Amino acid sequence: MSERIDAAFADGPAFVPYLAAGDPTYEASLEYVEALDRGGADVIELGLPFSEPIAEGPTIQEAVIRALEGGMTPERFFEFVEDLEVEAPLVCMTYYNLIYQFGEERGPRPFVERAAEVGLEGFVVPDLPAEEADPLRDACDEFGLDLIFIVAPTTRGEHLDRMREHVSGYVYVQARLGTTGAREDVSDQTNASLERLADWDVPKAVGFGIKTGEHAERIVASGADGIIVGSALVDIVAEGHENDEPTAETAARLETKARELAEGAARGANPENVPQPEQP
Amino acid sequence: MTELEASDDGTERTPAGRENETEHEGDDRPLEDGSFGRFGGQYVPEALMPALEELEDAYRRYVLANEDGFMDEFRQRLRDFGGRPTPLQRADRLSERYDRDVYLKREDLVHGGAHKLNNALGQVLLAKYMGKERIIAETGAGQHGTATAMAAAHLDMPCEIYMGRTDVNRQRPNVFRMRINGAEVNPVDAGRGTLKEAISETMRDWSQTVENTHYVIGSVVGPHPFPAMVRDFQSVISEEARDQCLEQIGSLPDSVLACAGGGSNTMGAFHHFTADESVSLYAVEAGGSSLEVDEDAGVAPNSATLSTGTEGVLHGARTHLLQDSHGQIMESHSVSAGLDYAGVGPELAHLVESDRVTPVTVDDDAALEAFHRLSTEEGIIPALETAHAFGFLHEAAGRDDADEVLGDSVVVTVSGRGDKDLETVIEETEKRGLEAAPDLSVFAKEGGLR
Repeated sequence: MSERIDAAFADGPAFVPYLAAGDPTYEASLEYVEALDRGGADVIELGLPFSEPIAEGPTIQEAVIRALEGGMTPERFFEFVEDLEVEAPLVCMTYYNLIYQFGEERGPRPFVERAAEVGLEGFVVPDLPAEEADPLRDACDEFGLDLIFIVAPTTRGEHLDRMREHVSGYVYVQARLGTTGAREDVSDQTNASLERLADWDVPKAVGFGIKTGEHAERIVASGADGIIVGSALVDIVAEGHENDEPTAETAARLETKARELAEGAARGANPENVPQPEQP
Repeated sequence: MTELEASDDGTERTPAGRENETEHEGDDRPLEDGSFGRFGGQYVPEALMPALEELEDAYRRYVLANEDGFMDEFRQRLRDFGGRPTPLQRADRLSERYDRDVYLKREDLVHGGAHKLNNALGQVLLAKYMGKERIIAETGAGQHGTATAMAAAHLDMPCEIYMGRTDVNRQRPNVFRMRINGAEVNPVDAGRGTLKEAISETMRDWSQTVENTHYVIGSVVGPHPFPAMVRDFQSVISEEARDQCLEQIGSLPDSVLACAGGGSNTMGAFHHFTADESVSLYAVEAGGSSLEVDEDAGVAPNSATLSTGTEGVLHGARTHLLQDSHGQIMESHSVSAGLDYAGVGPELAHLVESDRVTPVTVDDDAALEAFHRLSTEEGIIPALETAHAFGFLHEAAGRDDADEVLGDSVVVTVSGRGDKDLETVIEETEKRGLEAAPDLSVFAKEGGLR
């Protein structure tokens, strides 16, 4: 298992941002991911774009389309990882078909081997439930990578137990039903989900709908070991792209947003330090 | 007497035709984990897993075990609302033309004009038994959307249909029918705006609304238990056809031909024949404009998944797919929107791999020619999907080994009627200058039937 991911969660709440690799171009995307790193990312989830991202909302779906149109492929993704200069450990988020098709022999092993070679630390695969995960779990064990599962608000019973057996690194707690996407509030379902996982011995990182430092603070204060933020960051990339903003400016805005989220998470870990909101 | 009529006597029954099970048990049952050989499975976002477990439980109880008389009610509604059983009709002029007995299984006569109602009615009724409050579905050609909208209206359930923008434009009559039946139609703009984008969008809706909503998948695709369940609802086609053959011809047919997109018509038409080794089964796929693939453009100019696809994972199942060498799903093409899908049912992939079903292809031109032939010679205007099956009949009957391939008696499923396709047919016939077709130029100049 990845010691770097363990370390990322060991020292206070982790801020885990997501961007689709290659969105909107290879070069700009490198700068954007590095900006998140400077802004305080503890782990970075890098999306390897798949043409049918059924678990994603419109924001990330469009990012995926931009990246694919920019020529992103699995091998290019691995080169991207090699070209990145970041401190944070990297996790690959993608769909199973790309993992399954990579290399000469069908099956996940060649993909995992290549991922290990370029220094990735783990995987999140939204369309691979624990029931179908044995081959990927075995390959991850062989190369020392983590396999991170998403727990939904609806996950119960035996299904939860199977996931607990398979998961490593951290568990991705889905804050509410639905697809990814930034929202104005944070779901009440989060607390219930965290309670169900209270005795799991992996860190719990909450994602889906986190948009602001204040959200991050509230999520961590309610017991999360980390926060995962995708769409709110991808929105910044999309705006920059649509407005023809210079790459450096978009990168600066991403860095600022990352800092806001990381600081929010840190405040949530020390509730006594949280300033009380002013009464209207 | 057909199986359906038998149910009126109060005979205890399971799904369409299950009492023949001991007689017809093949290797096509899904295993406990929902797989057919190497194909199938449940590759879906975590949020959907409980819904699949709930659905599997309902499938076992209501469909397989007829709990609360579910299957009895389904069969009664298929008969009274759906108009079953459909006839097995001898096509006299085609029989003469091809010098063998050609029988048509007339699914175009099912209410709504296609076999799609068998499944839609089954699933909407099941959703009601499960206590769901809302129905969603995706549609390509619009036949499944229409059938679902009709079934939902019939059973008083609110219904929303996702449909690719391209398909909305080329299948307008069905869009009107869905709206008139009270369903919301949501156009999907992503990608090329066809069935695969509509399926992805419907899965997104479902993952947000899974607690009160049932997703009526339109074919034998998707995660377990959909492929098995949809096959069971559709297998009434081969259940009737098999009995009708025994009754009307006194023997089983030598071959059964069915068009294959996702595979619901195909599996429905084949299921009760799979154990009959003497019956050749042909899945007729859309060859589009070519079987070649332009990988750089990400486009397959056909929808021939069984014939040209490779193994992969899409929309919840491991199956055959049109994909590039990286595993990205290709845009497919067919003149028939109903066949235009980059995947295929896992059971069909398995039956092809185990050599029980033979996949063949028919291109756009041959399908259009067959469309006109059936229309002018038999007075049946078939769906463009269906026309592919007749295109293969025409091609195979002209071959030296026709007797070996088709045999003396052939059953072809008329999977649906072609009213929905008339605008496409007029436009494409004129564009291609097909000689065998009636002169449609005046309509084409006037902009189709608009």
